[in-house]
Amino acid sequence: MNAPVLAPPQAPADDGALPVLRERGQREVFCGLTGIVWLHRKMQDAFFLVVGSRTCAHLLQSAAGVMIFAEPRFATAIMEERDLAGLADANEELDRIVRQLIERRPEIRTLFLVGSCPSEVIKLDLARAAERLGAAYAPHVRILNYSGSGIETTFTEGEDACLAALVPEMPALDADAPANLVIAGSLPDIVEDQFRRIFDELGIGPVACLPARTLADTPGIGPNTRYLLAQPFLGETGQRLDGRGATRIDALFPFGVEGTTAWFHAAAAAFNIPADRVAAVLAPYQARAAQAIAHHRDRLAGRSIFFMPDSQLEIPLARFLANELGMVLTEIGTPYLHRHHLAAELAALPPGVQISEGQDVDRQLDRVRAIRPDLTVCGLGLANPLEAQGLSTKWAIELVFSPIHGFDQAGDLAELFARPLRRRDVLKV
Amino acid sequence: MQLSVWTYEGPPHIGAMRVATGMRGVHYLLHSPQGDTYADLLFTMIERRDHRPPVTYTTFQARDLGKDTSELFQTAAHDVIARHAPDALLVGASCTAELIQDDPAGLVEKMGLGLPVIPLDLPSYQRKEHWGASETFYQIVRTLTDKRRRAPDRAGRRARANLLGPTALGFRHRDDIVEVTALLSELGIDVHVVAPLGASVDQIASLGEADFNIVLYPETGEAAAQWLEREFRQPYTRTVPIGVNATMEFIAEVAGLAGVDSALMLDRARSRMSWWSRSIDSTYLTGKRVFIFGDGTHAVAAARIASEELGFKVVGLGCYNRETARDVRAAARQLGLEPLITDDHLVVEQAIKDAQPELVLGTQMERHIAKRFAIPCAVISAPVHVQDFPARHSPQMGFEGANVIFDTWVHPLVMGLEEHLLTMFRDDFEFHDGAGASHLGPGHAAPAEAPVIAAADTAAAWSADAERELKKIPFFVRGKARRNTELFAQEQGIDTIELATLYEAKAHYAR
Repeated sequence: MNAPVLAPPQAPADDGALPVLRERGQREVFCGLTGIVWLHRKMQDAFFLVVGSRTCAHLLQSAAGVMIFAEPRFATAIMEERDLAGLADANEELDRIVRQLIERRPEIRTLFLVGSCPSEVIKLDLARAAERLGAAYAPHVRILNYSGSGIETTFTEGEDACLAALVPEMPALDADAPANLVIAGSLPDIVEDQFRRIFDELGIGPVACLPARTLADTPGIGPNTRYLLAQPFLGETGQRLDGRGATRIDALFPFGVEGTTAWFHAAAAAFNIPADRVAAVLAPYQARAAQAIAHHRDRLAGRSIFFMPDSQLEIPLARFLANELGMVLTEIGTPYLHRHHLAAELAALPPGVQISEGQDVDRQLDRVRAIRPDLTVCGLGLANPLEAQGLSTKWAIELVFSPIHGFDQAGDLAELFARPLRRRDVLKV
Repeated sequence: MQLSVWTYEGPPHIGAMRVATGMRGVHYLLHSPQGDTYADLLFTMIERRDHRPPVTYTTFQARDLGKDTSELFQTAAHDVIARHAPDALLVGASCTAELIQDDPAGLVEKMGLGLPVIPLDLPSYQRKEHWGASETFYQIVRTLTDKRRRAPDRAGRRARANLLGPTALGFRHRDDIVEVTALLSELGIDVHVVAPLGASVDQIASLGEADFNIVLYPETGEAAAQWLEREFRQPYTRTVPIGVNATMEFIAEVAGLAGVDSALMLDRARSRMSWWSRSIDSTYLTGKRVFIFGDGTHAVAAARIASEELGFKVVGLGCYNRETARDVRAAARQLGLEPLITDDHLVVEQAIKDAQPELVLGTQMERHIAKRFAIPCAVISAPVHVQDFPARHSPQMGFEGANVIFDTWVHPLVMGLEEHLLTMFRDDFEFHDGAGASHLGPGHAAPAEAPVIAAADTAAAWSADAERELKKIPFFVRGKARRNTELFAQEQGIDTIELATLYEAKAHYAR
């Protein structure tokens, strides 16, 4: 069995003044394999091979929708009965499949062997397989391994596990190398480009991204590396970056004007850029974003919202909706609460918000029905059934697939929440 | 291991979900890890159901592995009973739980839950979705059907039949039931129970009270029908009423089983399809080369409609579910074809490339393959996407089903008159390849040239003249023309394909 990928819970910064409802029971969430659907779009020379069952293939197909047909750079090696019989055989099978794959797709530079529930339960050692195959295909193809299994990971934690596997691959920088900035977390290209332009204007550099669009651009790391999390679900990745001597810049996550502003200010402070210069650079962006958000404020202010757990984006998004759009927070569910990385976010929330970690889906739905919020953010398995009960919903997975970070997406982000309510009001059927 | 991007069928527990979700008062307790709930959205999104599927997942995680998981399962069972109060409980394991060997059946039996519990043994690493649905329905029928409840004496009452096989997430199951029920009603036959779709536990108990069974979908209903035949001597139908001729045969078959007269009904078969197919606009359909792939039942039915009722030439026939392979092999033999039994979409793609059909009838996957090759396509079988769970009435079965099929299959083809114009004016400024679709108005570029696949083993080069001439051939038969010409050149030992070669080949292969 691979070592568990879940980071041990960090000690809370303020020793847990915040009451968190913790529940266990049936969870209505995706497993980490789902991360492949957006990660393979971001990493252009990578291929993701899941070693799993027909269920895993079926999940990817269901989650990837039409993307399946664009010759996607992911696939499943479906284990069959004979693979369960003996381990040696399974490794030979894996070798054969990898050979087949690399012959078919010679442009691949990184191959991820992605663990699943079945491969982990039978203790198929994919880490060792990745080492063995990696030696055979070096230097042309790099072969890495991580787990996206449901028993280990929830939805976006699949990205965390994947990026954590990339950290050891980052070239080492010397102790006297100039300070560099790494943005951790995959962002849509358009957002990444906007952020790079702003960092340029602020005079912060060199700036690199994890993951980079191609393997060759994987950023270097050393004691003078500062990293800034663009996503709240990167516990394990953060720990590994720390382990290589890099320093995390503590900040809000870049959602809305407040979050994006704080994010850039924190980065600038770490690079000794004067705050007044940052304020001058950001002012036009802030004005534009504020204007875009204002369009939606009338519709959202005073409306109540309930988040069911899905991606760990819930707390930063709730902060944005409450502070910038005037929404009333009822319960914010998250699959996992990383208190250390989210300390600033928790402090920025309105007081008295109910946060829940984990899920017992039936009990949580009882609470939704009791509260009857104006909007419930939830998964696709729950959205239509709740709509049928007269509750408006916003399906959560869209928040992971759409560009929502930064100043120029702040209006779009607000629109994602305003649209279901607008639709509810326009329909006369 | 099998390298797979697309899978035609889900794992067997998805089949069990399709049965449970279709029924009333049945709950499915599935021993499974976190994440397997993804399957819920197939029902809530693709089929647009307004309720969650009646499935509870134990949701074990890594920290639970070991003794804890069996406890988790028993706790979940108690919670299901308390919250949902089902009339019957299905218990089973998904692929991961199968590996940890908790034995859901044994765990629940010990608990004495006080309601019928049906353990499902669905081997995830050997079997697939259709088999899972079939086995689940069979176990439900075997467990819940009351052997004391039998059909009363026939004197002075109408005949009764059960409709077996429709499930949740079934391709057009909703409307097929409506269509078949209406046909039976006209014959003077009542539908006793439809199952699993819409059936309650008590209705399953009463299955034996019908005179005979109608198996709408052998993939999911036949195993249960065979058991009912053994236990209650209920005969069951073998004809699936998809297409005009199959519907006529079906009417004759059920009339025979029910002891009613079907002559009147067969006399005035009311499908517009027969006339639509005979009308002169359909002449151009004659000999159109069609490739057919799907589940066995729909593929065999489609092959018959294509050859007998539309006058197409079937150039490929196959299915992905090996349970119905025998029927597909027989149908392919009748058409002089090599059957294609595979669940590997890459093999299907290659077969379509090789056959160069003018129309592809298949699943969602074939729709995408056909799109890549710019070949017209219609969907005849699951797996399908959200657009194939339509709001409007769209059966495949019966006379209205035949109407729907005619429209659906002919629609993607260029209509007869338009094809004629395209050929006549192929160099015309508005119709040539570069002009794009006329309905988009001016300024729309043509779609990119479909990838033309040269035969791998031919070395013949095309002269510029011949290449230009080939471009004048309408795009929807150009691939075939290229292939034929290259084969012809190869056979004749011609190195360079000239204008003359193209026309010699055309004469050689003339239909």
